[in-house]
Amino acid sequence: MEFLVASAIGILTAGGIYLVLRLRTFPVILGISLLTYAVNVFLFASGRLTIGAPPVLRDGIETYTDPLPQALVLTAIVISFGMTAVVVMIGLGAFLGSNDDHVDDVPDIDTDADQTGGRS
Amino acid sequence: MTHWIIAPVILPALLAPFIVLAARYHIGIQRVFSLAGVLALVAIAAALAWEVSDGSVILYQLGDWAAPFGIVLVGDRLSTMMVLLTSVLAFFVLLYAVGSGWDRRGRHFHALFQFQLMGILGAFLTGDLFNLFVFFEVLLIASYGLMIHAGGNDRLRAGVQYVLFNLIGSTLFLFALGSIYAETGTLNMADLAERVQLIAPEETVGIRVAAVLLLLVFAIKAAVVPLHFWLPSSYAEAPAPVAALFAIMTKVGAYAIIRVYTMIFPPDLEVTSGLHDLWLLPAALVSLAIGMVGVLAARKLDRLVAFSVIGSMGMVMVSISLFTPAGIAAALYYIVHSTLAAASLFLISDLVRTGRGNLELTAQPPVIGTSLTAAMFFIGAIAMAGLPPLSGFLGKLLVLDAGFGTDLVVWIWAVVLISSLISILGFARAGSVVFWKAHSVAPSQDDKGDRAQPATLAYVAVGGLFALLIAHTVFAGQVHGYTTTMAAQLFAPESYMQTVTETPGKLSKPTKEDH
Repeated sequence: MEFLVASAIGILTAGGIYLVLRLRTFPVILGISLLTYAVNVFLFASGRLTIGAPPVLRDGIETYTDPLPQALVLTAIVISFGMTAVVVMIGLGAFLGSNDDHVDDVPDIDTDADQTGGRS
Repeated sequence: MTHWIIAPVILPALLAPFIVLAARYHIGIQRVFSLAGVLALVAIAAALAWEVSDGSVILYQLGDWAAPFGIVLVGDRLSTMMVLLTSVLAFFVLLYAVGSGWDRRGRHFHALFQFQLMGILGAFLTGDLFNLFVFFEVLLIASYGLMIHAGGNDRLRAGVQYVLFNLIGSTLFLFALGSIYAETGTLNMADLAERVQLIAPEETVGIRVAAVLLLLVFAIKAAVVPLHFWLPSSYAEAPAPVAALFAIMTKVGAYAIIRVYTMIFPPDLEVTSGLHDLWLLPAALVSLAIGMVGVLAARKLDRLVAFSVIGSMGMVMVSISLFTPAGIAAALYYIVHSTLAAASLFLISDLVRTGRGNLELTAQPPVIGTSLTAAMFFIGAIAMAGLPPLSGFLGKLLVLDAGFGTDLVVWIWAVVLISSLISILGFARAGSVVFWKAHSVAPSQDDKGDRAQPATLAYVAVGGLFALLIAHTVFAGQVHGYTTTMAAQLFAPESYMQTVTETPGKLSKPTKEDH
């Protein structure tokens, strides 16, 4: 099982990094989502993988699973979900405004005379 | 136990929803509550700073849970000073935003501003690494909203870059936290500091990876080269008051590096030896150089200021990466200076934009309100470039002095001095093009465009920041004395760690019935 979880994290991370390097908004956002999935599984595994053990102390039970990573993952999932929603909205706004979904700077952003038009 | 230490987190956290829910359509009420809240923050922060100035450590256990199990807020000299600096800066920035009318150009400025303050202040006060992550996210998500405040295509594009870069940074932070937890089983900073010492030398692979990842995350926040790419366009495109508030955000990264790498991974720890002198110091020197070259190369005033922020963060990081008490003390002195100077320069560049219509560094008709704006730019440039008589010069002297006994003294002195010269050239060029060459261009009568006289309150806000800079210079001896005691406290973290781990709370005695 350790091998399975580790390779899942690895494949998710690799796919995420590849997509992040694509430099257009949609693949980059997908890549960041994959990265957050990878990190969620990673956090989950940071408390060691235990099967069928309760997280809360009870009488007569010797083996427990660590409850803390589960709480951490919950926080991380909520935050990354919200962040993804925010970046989708901002990315959509930027695409609709300039009709261009590249993430990197246009080379002549400083000198382009038209750039001042969109500024309020 | 004093409850006041949680007030800097609670107060903005309550004010922001109140402003959104109750005062959504009343900009006047929003302004009153926002300003009153920040003034209260200044008072609370001053009281907290005064309380710990004798070297004591305030501990606040949330829900009364004992330290490694519950989240703690900790106030020592360093964190309360950063809280005070943030609240004072926030007051003048808010004054500027109200004076210049920036807060009316989009919605929810004041609510987002308060959430941003909550995140920054929480990050300074927390004693738990995962909680630090959460406060980072709070300050980031508020900063995303502030960054694209008032809209516009360029701003949205810069906003996308800023958000994506920081999302990747957050993911890295989580990877670092996961490996730290897997290696040590705790995320409380004081507890972590004790347990890292106990790791056997042959089992340090995981914790070393975690230490480097954590340094990368904080270096992204502090905009250390080569992780600075998010800064120039986002700071240049952000609304001026927001950029001025962001001047403290890079310092959050610097603060986190100081805190984590003096307490959890101290310089004499074998696990992370070489991390700061081999990697951080050269990176800091390069960022100092690149920042100041960027000042000379910038074609717009706001980019120039953004690059000067990178340069001054480079100076701070050079001093931090020495990891000697003298170096940290100099860095803390310089952090205060650089925050105030960068914030005032961002506000001044907005004054120029108001009076001129744009910020291109080309000869154009005179700026409206030239004399006062030009004088202010002159003062701000002197402060940022580190010329006497302002505190930038003293801060630079302290950094040079701290670097004197080290192996890399030649490099430090050479880079600091040459980059200062370059930044003086850059600021002189910008000032003369904007304010002097204007008189050689005939003003065209038909095209008044969007030029206007800046508001008086805007000048007052910048003047307030200057008054702080001057006070920082005049009382340099006292301030540096205080930062020296701060550095001494950082290098003797035993009292901090004892206060955190040995204060009783729930779960510290296993016989308690309440769980």
